[in-house]
Amino acid sequence: MNWLTNVVRPKIRNILKRETPDNLWIKCPDTGQLVFYKDVESNQFVIPGSNYHMRMSADARLSSIFDNETWYDVALPEVPADPLKFRDERKYVDRIKDARAKTGLHDSVKVGFGKLEGSAVVVAVQDFDFMGGSLGMAAGEAIVRGLELAVEKQCPFIVFAASGGARMQEGVLSLMQLPRTTVAVQMLREACQPYIVVLTNPTTGGVTASYAMLGDVQIAEPGALIGFAGARVIEQTIREKLPEGFQRAEYLRDHGMIDMVVHRHELRPTLARLCRLLTKAPETIETAPEPASLVQPDEPAEPAAVPEAPPATPAAPPA
Amino acid sequence: MRSYLDFEKPVAELDSKIDELRALAASGSDISEEISSIEEKAAQALKDLYANLTPWQKTQVARHPQRPHFSDFVKGLITEFTPLAGDRKFGEDEALIGGFGRFRGESICVIGQEKGATTESRLKHNFGMARPEGYRKAVRLMDMADRFDIPVLSLVDSAGAYPGIGAEERGQAEAIARSTDACLSLGVANIAVIIGEGGSGGAIAIATANRVLMLEHAIYSVISPEAASSILWRDGSKAQEAATNMKITAQDLLRFGVIDTILKEPRGGAHRDPAATVALAGDAIADALNDLRTLDRDSLRKQRRQKFLEIGRKLG
Repeated sequence: MNWLTNVVRPKIRNILKRETPDNLWIKCPDTGQLVFYKDVESNQFVIPGSNYHMRMSADARLSSIFDNETWYDVALPEVPADPLKFRDERKYVDRIKDARAKTGLHDSVKVGFGKLEGSAVVVAVQDFDFMGGSLGMAAGEAIVRGLELAVEKQCPFIVFAASGGARMQEGVLSLMQLPRTTVAVQMLREACQPYIVVLTNPTTGGVTASYAMLGDVQIAEPGALIGFAGARVIEQTIREKLPEGFQRAEYLRDHGMIDMVVHRHELRPTLARLCRLLTKAPETIETAPEPASLVQPDEPAEPAAVPEAPPATPAAPPA
Repeated sequence: MRSYLDFEKPVAELDSKIDELRALAASGSDISEEISSIEEKAAQALKDLYANLTPWQKTQVARHPQRPHFSDFVKGLITEFTPLAGDRKFGEDEALIGGFGRFRGESICVIGQEKGATTESRLKHNFGMARPEGYRKAVRLMDMADRFDIPVLSLVDSAGAYPGIGAEERGQAEAIARSTDACLSLGVANIAVIIGEGGSGGAIAIATANRVLMLEHAIYSVISPEAASSILWRDGSKAQEAATNMKITAQDLLRFGVIDTILKEPRGGAHRDPAATVALAGDAIADALNDLRTLDRDSLRKQRRQKFLEIGRKLG
C-alpha cells in the first residue's frame, strides 16, 4: 500500500507560495514592536529582537525540519464529513470549507515522511490556522496514520502540537480521538521507536490529554501556552488570579512536566540528536544532497495537480 | 419531600392531586377508585414524558441530585468493598474512588467518580471532579488489577476533570492521558458504565473499556452544553441548543458506535428508583463480564484497541 504521495520540493513550493508584499509590517504580540514580515519569515517566524515565537504553518514547519526542505506528503484517510449535522451560528460544513480555502489544507494535521540529518522520520504538524488546530476525526486519523507509518518504516515519530482542543462540532466523536491516538502511540511504543512531542503555542485541551503528553521526550517552544483547562475557566472556578507565567512552557518545565524548552533555531539539531541517540544511530549520518531513496528523479514535478489529501486505501487492522 | 424537574410539571400536578385525594380518603370518603385512576394517569404521563426526553432534559436527569451515584452502585453490587487511597506521588483525591471488592462472589477492581449526595460530601468529593492524583490512583489500581488478573469496573459520573492551578501544575492532562493509556494496556477485562455525566477527558480517562454501557438517560460529551454554548454560540443561554446539536444521549452514541449497550432506567428515571437501577446495571455488568470471559489477555487488549480504532470509520 502506498501511503506516500507527492514529493514536496522547495523550488516548487516557492512558486506556489502566496507572495507577501515587501512592505508588510507585523506587530510583535509580546512587545508591540513593528517588524518586517519578510524578516520574521526568514527567521523561522521568530521575531528578531524579542524572540517571540510566532505560529508556523504546517508547510513552513515541515520545511524547517526535513533535510533540503524536502519530504513526502503522507496520504491521509478520508473521514465522514459532519456526522452530527452540526450547526451553531454557522454550519460546520461551511466552517470546514472556509478553513480549507484559507489554509489550503484538508484538515488541521499534515503528515510528512523524509529525512532529518540523514535519518528517516515521520513528522506530523498541527496547523493552528485550521479551526484552531482542533482535534476531530480527520486529525485523529492523521495522527494514527503517522504513527502507523513510523511503525512500518521503523523510524521515530515527531509531532508538532498546536491546538485549542477537541473539535466540538464533532461532539463525542472528537473525544474518541483521545483513546484512538493513544492506541497508535502504544503501537509505536511496542515497535520500540522514539516518539517526540514538540508543544508549540498554544497546545491546550483534549490534545494534551492524549498523544501530546505521551511522548518519550517532551519539548516545548519558548513561551508556548500549554494546558488542559483554559485560563478563563480556571479563574472562574477558583476566583483568584493565576500566577505569573502560568501554563507557559518554562512553567511546565519548572514543574517537571516537560523535558526542555528549546528555541526554534535549535529545534532541528536537537530533534536530530535525540532521534540518533534513541535509535542508537552513529553520531553523524552521511547526507547526500538529494537522497536517492527519498526523491526519484523521474517523478513528475507537479504537486499542484495532486490533491492535498487524496483518499487512501484503508489502513490494515493493527496487530 | 419529592422534587420535580421543571419539565415534570404535569406529573407534579397529578401527584399533588393524588396526595389531596389520599388526605380526603383518610378523613373517611371512599374515593379509592378515583385515586387509582389518577395514579394510573400519573404513571402513564411519567412514562410518556421519559420516553421522549430532549437532550437538555436528559442533561437535567443525568445531573439529578437523587440519581444513584458511585457509592450507591458499590453498596448495591459490591461486597467486601475495600477502598484504597492515594497515588503514591502527591496525595489522595476523593473525587475518584477506587478499590477492590467482590462482584457476585468474584474479585473485582472498581474505580469511578463520586459526586456526593449532601453538601458536606459534595465538598469532600469535589463534586466528582478529579485532580491528577485521582487519575494516577486509578492507574495504580488498574496496574494492580492487571497483575492479579482481576477485571476492572469503571463507574463514570463527572462533569469533567477539575480545572485548578494545582491540577494544572501537577499535570492534569498528562494524568488523564496516562489513565487512558493504562485502560488500553489492560490484559484483563474492563467494563465502563456511564451512570450519570460522562464529561470529556475526565470521563474517557477511565471509560476506555472493552465494553461501554450507558444508562438510558445519562449523557456523554466532549464538553458540557453550557461551555459549548458560550464558546460556539458566544452566548451562555444556548445550552439547550448545544445539548441537542452535540448528540450527547445514549441513543445517539449507540448509533455512532461509541457505546455498546443502553441500560434501561426505571419509569421516571434512575432517581425515582435507585435500587432497581443499580440491580439492572448489575445484571448488565455480569453479562458483559461473561461475554469477555473466554478472551485471553492478548485478545482482550486487541479487542479494546480495535474497537476504539474502528469508532467513526464506518459512519456515512
